[in-house]
Amino acid sequence: MTELAPAPSAAVAARAPRSQWRDVWDQFRTHRGALFGLLVFGAIVLFTVIGPSLWTLDPKFIAIRARDLGMGADHPFGTDQLGRDIFARMMAGGRVSLAVGLTAMTLSICLGTLIGVVAGYFRRLEGPLMRLTDLFLALPLLPLLLVMVMLFRESLARRFGPETGIFLLIVVAIGITSWMQTARIVRGEVLALKEREFVLAARSIGTPPRRMILRHILPNVLSPILVSATLGIATAIITESALSFLGLGFPPDFPTWGRLLFDGVDYLQQDPERVIWPGVFISLTVLSVNFIGDGLRDALDPRIRGR
Amino acid sequence: MLTYTLRRLLTAVPTLIFISFVIFLLLELAPGDPLADQPLTIPAEVRERMRTAMGLDAPAHVRYWKWLVQFVWIEPQVILDGWLGTGLAAGEERILSWQFRAPVFDIIWQRIPQTLNVVGIAYLVGVGIALPIGIVSAYRQYSWFDQIGTFVSMVGFSVPTFFTGVLFIVIFSVKLGWFPSIYDTTLRVTDWSSFLRQVSQMIMPVAVLALYNAAQISRFMRSSMLDNLNQDYVRTARAKGMAEGTVVLVHVLRNSLIPVVTVIALGVPTIFAGAIITEQVFKVNGLGQLLITAIQANDLPMVQTLAFVFAGLIITFNLVADVIYGILDPRIRYD
Repeated sequence: MTELAPAPSAAVAARAPRSQWRDVWDQFRTHRGALFGLLVFGAIVLFTVIGPSLWTLDPKFIAIRARDLGMGADHPFGTDQLGRDIFARMMAGGRVSLAVGLTAMTLSICLGTLIGVVAGYFRRLEGPLMRLTDLFLALPLLPLLLVMVMLFRESLARRFGPETGIFLLIVVAIGITSWMQTARIVRGEVLALKEREFVLAARSIGTPPRRMILRHILPNVLSPILVSATLGIATAIITESALSFLGLGFPPDFPTWGRLLFDGVDYLQQDPERVIWPGVFISLTVLSVNFIGDGLRDALDPRIRGR
Repeated sequence: MLTYTLRRLLTAVPTLIFISFVIFLLLELAPGDPLADQPLTIPAEVRERMRTAMGLDAPAHVRYWKWLVQFVWIEPQVILDGWLGTGLAAGEERILSWQFRAPVFDIIWQRIPQTLNVVGIAYLVGVGIALPIGIVSAYRQYSWFDQIGTFVSMVGFSVPTFFTGVLFIVIFSVKLGWFPSIYDTTLRVTDWSSFLRQVSQMIMPVAVLALYNAAQISRFMRSSMLDNLNQDYVRTARAKGMAEGTVVLVHVLRNSLIPVVTVIALGVPTIFAGAIITEQVFKVNGLGQLLITAIQANDLPMVQTLAFVFAGLIITFNLVADVIYGILDPRIRYD
């Protein structure tokens, strides 16, 4: 018995030590769609973040003589009815759309994780919090979002200025209507984790609940949170563009991709490119984010990894 | 099962009341004034009388209670009156829309056929496409059909309907001129040519929504089939010499349809609410479009009623999905 013991540890030592994230990345790399998604999403982020410093035309600059131009060397995507450069507007719009997507996703993930962890960890709060989640799931979300945006737009715009006000409103509205799935997934994971031995061990040495959650529970529910965060970006971007498309999003001089598409619909007959560019960018972003989420789900699942 | 259904029905009542209260509060907190779009030349006392006529002078809880009574007590009586020809609700005050000056439910009944026509058919078409695609994709996993199928469903799932809709208009109405881009609601189907026109104006909205629904459902169908194809009972069925078609289409399909049927049931409320965007793109004047115009016109009774109807549909179909699940899957026992 005692002689056999060192053998497995020697075999383990022979392999170079690898971190968990290295393993995840190795698995992620095998998913072709996910790699492609990462590439496209990275390109879009670069386009919106670095693009404006290379393409210095002001997206709000009105050149009325150069209006309704088609695609050309001066204006790669043409100009709109006021002569504003659509290429520059796409960059500016992408910044806002991505910012809305990321912030709203962060808000909804934080809310969902908080509610999920609390509901899973503290038995007394589980009932009320899960009823609340069910209640939110039963709300007709798109109509309520529309109502919220319509009703509170004016007062928030007055208090924070038209741009910050509407940004806050849309981010908060999307955030508080999309946390439910995360909360449910996290609660399920926490409930399962609570029965594991390491939690029992930690509790038996007197770990207080706060440290228990932060050090032992949260790191272990990170993978489902990451996956739903990725998918959350996609839904947030779609919701924002849908609101803008219905004319209830950002004001016209503050372009987002959804708003650009909405504005382009009126000029569908003359130049359809004005609708197609924003649409293609929204779709590519969402598609790439969804593929990344798919790949991440596979990569973070230890049952699939290494196969 | 029956007790479970009854218990769920009973818990649905407080949920619905709470939701209606939340919607009411949200509308109440809103700073908008329903008389804001009236001309400024209206004298103050006339304006006051208008507020009284709209019931706005009463305190909030009175208005909420009145709306609730009208919704759950008077409106069902009106429906009964319509069916049986009785006069139960005669002289009772109904929920009035501020923009149409007519009962909210009369307008909703007018709009439902358009929504059901376009969105309902799209849902059926979507399900009809999704199921075979999901089955074949799973059965021939990693084949070229599966690769294309999963990619297309990922695309259909990611491309928002307002873009596919507009893209279809650009291609099929502007460039090719095959279909009209605007849905003509006044069209009455009386003969063959008007029927053809009805079909041609329905093709694009139905295609857009069907693509979106099919993308979602086929993903579920595929993964559910994959879960079942490797089960022991499949091997048993093959081992005792059953035809491959029977194994897949009877044994596996029946079992994998169980979760898919609940997903389909859960999607039904979106027929009514979620098609807001598609109705807006193709100018179909259904329920979604009614909601948008009501929101824009600050027509609070209409918004409140419609949002509540949508919430009621969601809760009903959640219940339906759970009950179907219990009936179809004998392993599920709720009691």
